[in-house]
Amino acid sequence: MKKTITLTLNGDARSVDVETTETLLAVLRNKLGVKSPKCGCDQGECGACTVLLNGKSVRSCLIFSVEVDGQEVVTLEGLSHNGPTPLQQAFIDRSAFQCGYCAPGVILSATELLTVNPHPTQTEVQEAIAGNLCRCTGYESLIEAILAASRE
Amino acid sequence: MEAMEELKFVGKPTPRIDQQEKVLGAARYVDDLDFGPNLLHAQVVESSLAHARIKKIDTSEAEKLPGVVKVVTGKDFPYHFGLYMQDRHIFAQDKVRFAGEQVAAVIARDLATAKRAAKRVKIIYEPLPAILDPREAVKKDATLIHPELGAYSHVPWFFPKPGSNIAHWRKVRKGDTIQGFAEADLIFADTYRVPRYAHCSIELHGAIGLCDHSGRITVWAASQSPHTQRHIFAQALAPLGFTHQNLRVITPYVGGGFGGKAGVTMEILAAALPTLVKGYPIKIHWTREQEFYNTYQRPALVGTLKMGVKKDGTITAFDYLIHWDAGAYVEYGANVVNASGLSATGPYRIPNVRIDALCVYTNLPPGGPYRGFGYPELLFGVESHTTRMAQQLGMDVVAFKRKNAIREGDKLPYGAPMTPNGLTECIDRVVKTIEWGKKEEHSDPNKAIGKGFAIFWKAPAMPPNAASSAFLKFNEDASVNLLISAVEIGQGVLTAMAQIAAEILTVPPEKIRVESPDTDRNPYEWQTVASHVAWGTGNAVKRAAIDAREQIFEAVHHACFLEKDALYLEDEAVKCRTQPGFALLLKEIVINGIMVEDGTYRGGPIMGRGTFMPRFTSAMGDPDTGQGGHPCVHYTVGAAALTLEVDKQTGRMKVLKAVEAIDAGKAINPQIVKDQICGGLLQGLGTVLYEDMRFDESGKLLNPNFTDYKLPTAMDIPDEVIPIIVETPQADGPFGARGIAEHPTIPAAPMVANAVCDAVGVRVKSMPVTAEKVGLALAAGQTEVE
Repeated sequence: MKKTITLTLNGDARSVDVETTETLLAVLRNKLGVKSPKCGCDQGECGACTVLLNGKSVRSCLIFSVEVDGQEVVTLEGLSHNGPTPLQQAFIDRSAFQCGYCAPGVILSATELLTVNPHPTQTEVQEAIAGNLCRCTGYESLIEAILAASRE
Repeated sequence: MEAMEELKFVGKPTPRIDQQEKVLGAARYVDDLDFGPNLLHAQVVESSLAHARIKKIDTSEAEKLPGVVKVVTGKDFPYHFGLYMQDRHIFAQDKVRFAGEQVAAVIARDLATAKRAAKRVKIIYEPLPAILDPREAVKKDATLIHPELGAYSHVPWFFPKPGSNIAHWRKVRKGDTIQGFAEADLIFADTYRVPRYAHCSIELHGAIGLCDHSGRITVWAASQSPHTQRHIFAQALAPLGFTHQNLRVITPYVGGGFGGKAGVTMEILAAALPTLVKGYPIKIHWTREQEFYNTYQRPALVGTLKMGVKKDGTITAFDYLIHWDAGAYVEYGANVVNASGLSATGPYRIPNVRIDALCVYTNLPPGGPYRGFGYPELLFGVESHTTRMAQQLGMDVVAFKRKNAIREGDKLPYGAPMTPNGLTECIDRVVKTIEWGKKEEHSDPNKAIGKGFAIFWKAPAMPPNAASSAFLKFNEDASVNLLISAVEIGQGVLTAMAQIAAEILTVPPEKIRVESPDTDRNPYEWQTVASHVAWGTGNAVKRAAIDAREQIFEAVHHACFLEKDALYLEDEAVKCRTQPGFALLLKEIVINGIMVEDGTYRGGPIMGRGTFMPRFTSAMGDPDTGQGGHPCVHYTVGAAALTLEVDKQTGRMKVLKAVEAIDAGKAINPQIVKDQICGGLLQGLGTVLYEDMRFDESGKLLNPNFTDYKLPTAMDIPDEVIPIIVETPQADGPFGARGIAEHPTIPAAPMVANAVCDAVGVRVKSMPVTAEKVGLALAAGQTEVE
């Protein structure tokens, strides 16, 4: 069954025809041209597809696109309209990512963390990104970058 | 060697040149590329059995489904392929040899239709006995998995045993082990087991293939090996008239490799299928589940190790019998067995050595390269065993290992001399940092603290003529495009190569774009594997930059009548030692040349080229002894230790502190080297503490997902990781560098096993060393776990 949904995507009003069974991840990538949310498992285990839905981090592979009708979605592309955020700059300064495939998810999870808890402890940082698997970094550089941003 | 001069860019923690793209959402990976409304999707039909004869394939019901373009089976592509041994087919032919193997594929307008149709393909099998254990597979009456073994073409350094399941038998014989054991005061033997593991790069395997109407194939692939893929595609599709000339492979950013995207696995489908549907791009993308069972897996092994030592701690003899469960196809995995088998002693000076590394076919998914290429598996046994022998002698473990540690010039197991290395410096710095010998008590009486130590080595495993090359071109603003075909899989190769070019040309790394591979445009690279690109591609890039510099000096010489020998580059300008006031900015000359008195010009666009191929290596050792060849270009060595907390009731473990030292020769970018150590160490800790592949009795993988196959998360990291860089220059490396990217994984498993034993007295002889194994042993009062 098809349905037309409207949403605010990275600040823009967008409208798109979707199948009711299509995930938000599939619609973002295949119908709205937003490629930063990645498909690493399509079953909510890896966190690479993380986006912000009304400011809260969600796994876009576990959400049907029809569920976001009338709501606000932010992906990595939407963070830097006015240049890199302080958090993004901290990741750049630290050269925190290696392959970069987990980066969109990690950055959005950390963005949410610093919004609700601007000065987290290291354990709070670890908990915030515990749902984002990274196979390259050993997480050390990611945690360092997030803590550095929180000290800004 | 220029490593001795003052360096401006090499050796500095230059920011990664890929970081902005990755942090701002600009980086594009293969799944992010768009192919327009004509894109078709392919879904494979997989074998449900681990070993069976295919009696019949009925595709008629699938073909009836609207939206299906074509159903393809083995009849369409009866061709072999493979990297080192051509033992695979594009689709299973008369037999399937592992559960999940591709038997057919459906090409359809959309993925949902392809998936529905794939379920309608009916395959009738006649089941055959499935062999899952390599020690069963080598028994005389075992069912043959490849009766055709004798007919397969393979590289000259493999020695298959047709009529058996032994695809390759690497033998090493050095000295006289009978004499060596006779000289020993203590002889000790035991068996160690290592299961299979999955790479788990977060990016899945994916490829898009297009055979255009002129008959030219382009494949966009998440690949560590664009040129090698093109070569394997050309070999496999030669019967259809394809050669390298009409094949092209393009690789954008790759979301992690770890060996899993080396060689060719599912990408063969993206090259083959489009030949049947010309003009339409076809996308084939694995699910996470397929990623686990139909790409390479890290092979499993059972190894029986026997060592002899004198009372003073001198190792006199070493005998290692290794049965590798290499899986259903060993076209790449046999070289894991071969390369690691040649160095299975670990980094020790041992006069009498016998190694039998058997590459055994089983009915499990194909084994292949995984970060460490066999060394982590073999050294789990060696570094557990040497620790136990030191303890049996009453010697300090570090003292024992240091005493026997291999030094430059010592004879390697296959007879060649050991290359320059800082192994003892690595040992000494690790021991000091971990405070070896200082016993730590836990404040909680239910918990114990132990320390574990391990040393390691690894050589790049490459054909003797594995080559790298580089093109370098200037732009009007003196920025540079550097074209290589080494792939950025996260290891930082783009940044390291930019630093090397920057050092020669005095153009800062941020002005150098390093371009990802396109086999039509970028020059040849063998593969991004073996931790060899820092060394091999680095040498090619350095030569390309020197070539460009020579062209610049030549132009200045002709235009300005200055001696070439007096010219040098500084701060993006040509300067002259004999004329202190002379300076020509690169941006004024590297495209437009230099105007001379009569208004004509000299010089022109500057384009450098560089190639590198090792000229001293040979794989032609004696088949029965391994002696006589020179199969390894050099070794990278290291040492590591950790402090481990163990809960005496539950077995639950926590790494409190980990120290790892690696001899990088020269760290081109010390921050990237340290980040490789931190990341690689956690990947290694994952293999020993959390992960392993579980198969049922029929050979079906039980845990192909991240819920049942546990990767370390941000909550599972050591409290403290201290990476240490040692620099013993590699004479033939760029600025003295050698590779380090695989090595950090190697010591993780044995040092955890050693630390558990130190903490609670339980010796676990099989990986993984889980809380469950340790806790159950403690509850039962066992001191050894098989």
